[in-house]
Amino acid sequence: MPMPPVQRPTRLSTGATVLVAVLLIIPLVALAAVPIYSRETPELWGFPFFYWYQLLWVLLTPLFTYVAYAVIKRSRSGR
Amino acid sequence: MSPAVAAGSGVNGVELGVVLFFFVVVTVGGFAAVRWRRAASLNSLDEWGLGGRGFGTMVTWFLLGGDLYTAYTFVAVPAAMFATGAVSGFFAVPYTVVAYPIIFIFMPRMWSVAHRNGYVTPADFVRGRYDSRGLALAVALTGIIATMPYIALQLVGIQAVLDTMGLGGSGSVFVRDLPLIIAFAVLAAYTYSSGLRAPALIAFVKDTLIYVVIVVAIIYVATKIGFGDMFTAAKTKMESKTPAGKPTGAFLTNKQTYWAYSTLAFGSALALFMYPHSMTAVLSSRGRQVIRRNAAILPAYSLMLALLALLGYAAIYEVSQGRMNVFGRDGVANAQLAVPHFFQLVFPSWFAGVAFAAIAIGALVPAAIMSIAAANLFTRNIYREFLKRDATPKQESRVAKIVSLVVKFGALLFVLGLDKQNAINMQLLGGVWILQTLVAIVAGLYTRWFHRWALLAGWAAGMAYGTIQAYLQKVPNTTTKLVDGKPVTTTAGMRHFGSSLAEFPMTHTKVYIAITALLINIVVAVVLTLVFRALRTPAGQDATSPEDYYSDEAAPEVLDEAEREVSGVERTS
Repeated sequence: MPMPPVQRPTRLSTGATVLVAVLLIIPLVALAAVPIYSRETPELWGFPFFYWYQLLWVLLTPLFTYVAYAVIKRSRSGR
Repeated sequence: MSPAVAAGSGVNGVELGVVLFFFVVVTVGGFAAVRWRRAASLNSLDEWGLGGRGFGTMVTWFLLGGDLYTAYTFVAVPAAMFATGAVSGFFAVPYTVVAYPIIFIFMPRMWSVAHRNGYVTPADFVRGRYDSRGLALAVALTGIIATMPYIALQLVGIQAVLDTMGLGGSGSVFVRDLPLIIAFAVLAAYTYSSGLRAPALIAFVKDTLIYVVIVVAIIYVATKIGFGDMFTAAKTKMESKTPAGKPTGAFLTNKQTYWAYSTLAFGSALALFMYPHSMTAVLSSRGRQVIRRNAAILPAYSLMLALLALLGYAAIYEVSQGRMNVFGRDGVANAQLAVPHFFQLVFPSWFAGVAFAAIAIGALVPAAIMSIAAANLFTRNIYREFLKRDATPKQESRVAKIVSLVVKFGALLFVLGLDKQNAINMQLLGGVWILQTLVAIVAGLYTRWFHRWALLAGWAAGMAYGTIQAYLQKVPNTTTKLVDGKPVTTTAGMRHFGSSLAEFPMTHTKVYIAITALLINIVVAVVLTLVFRALRTPAGQDATSPEDYYSDEAAPEVLDEAEREVSGVERTS
């Protein structure tokens, strides 16, 4: 039995798609670049760079993801 | 070293009392959960196994958090930091961070297609998408065998806590393991009666306790030890040489371990949401937006995980000061005891009790969700598919309840009967295995280009390579035991499954085995898809439609069916 069609949400504009992709890729690249952050200096409050850099991305990633969420929500609800 | 902390001292009454108090609280909560968001009947998998698919942002957050950050994480990640440092331990931090952008991208599609077609498990989706019972069976079996050792590991976490409180150690097998058996029997009973609602409710308690404990522990480290001294102690230990002349561990990654670190992080992140229990938690949410919002707020747990990981270093500092050790009641050194012993050293008894309760409850929540997920898989993709095609929803939910008991007791026997090291090795292998279902599931969300038999062959190739490679990783089987108060290290041959890293084919660079296996899996799937297409081998019917991947609502007939399921069976109240 064929299913009744659902209303397909309006596609994201190209600009929004690119923006969301960039927002989500930045944290991935930042943490994939191990050789760049695997060092002891500069230290912060006694934390070697390797450790505080990754902790920093624990805090930054949700911001990037949340903005991506907001962009999609805004773009989908139209204007 | 102070042997007083190890063997000899009796049961700590205050700690035990506090732990028992919280255990009673969650037990009552677990049984009462049956009334929470009351359903007309729990006699369908949608209700028992997915909590009615109606959880909002908050509940999903606690459920996923309770699910992904398990007791094992709390004990094993700091244990790895304590024993060998950054590469084997701290990778868990980037792992639990990069997981979320990845989830953000594909899980909403999974939710939509599952919701619209009434799928309960990832194997249901594969069955519908590729019209292949064989491929669905492969996905379901992989999910079940990868989940079992994961449940067993939760028990290892509880054991570490019990050992620290003075239970366990020597004595008869039965007396030693009785507390663990009782805890598990209670867990089994309320999962049986309340389904997914029980762990969802208990997760609130667990997370609150954990957060409080972590904050206090970090304040202690910052004010009493100082982060600088803590890192210096860790660095000194990691750079000291083992009897074999190699460094003990890694304080930072180096040229040899860059790839190991990043493949462990990304491989684990990709595997995370292939586990049936995380899929269960996602599918129980109310909608796509709930998932996206959660992908944005779940990293709050990763912060907690990172701070916990550092407690492994804090334990190194305390050991270097001669204030604690990691010898268990049986006198054998066990890195898993690093955090429990650290808590016992720095906290007053009552608060150490709170910390131990947090770890123990942190084991029960995911164990419950995992057994429910494994039960869903068995019921939908093996029982209904191969054993009883015309099973009613009521029969399905009854089978699932029984299977959830079987799975839990299987895990219990596993832990009681086998060496702890085996449980950890099996878990390592579980991660390698579960990642091999990624191609069928995630690629399937976007394209039907892959041929079903090619996916099955790719899966088989990845499973075979991963299992064999893991088996071939031999490490010396060393034990450190206290003899007359002095640590004595003995080596008894080599043991298999010693590492999750292996050299990438044709190079000398070590990478996470699961990633190499996944690449082989993809190559085989692509090549064979081209072959099967050239031969025009039947590709089967796709039961899903393109709109299904965007939908925010269930199809009317699925809702009708759910309605019938609920009203067609007698009321249980």
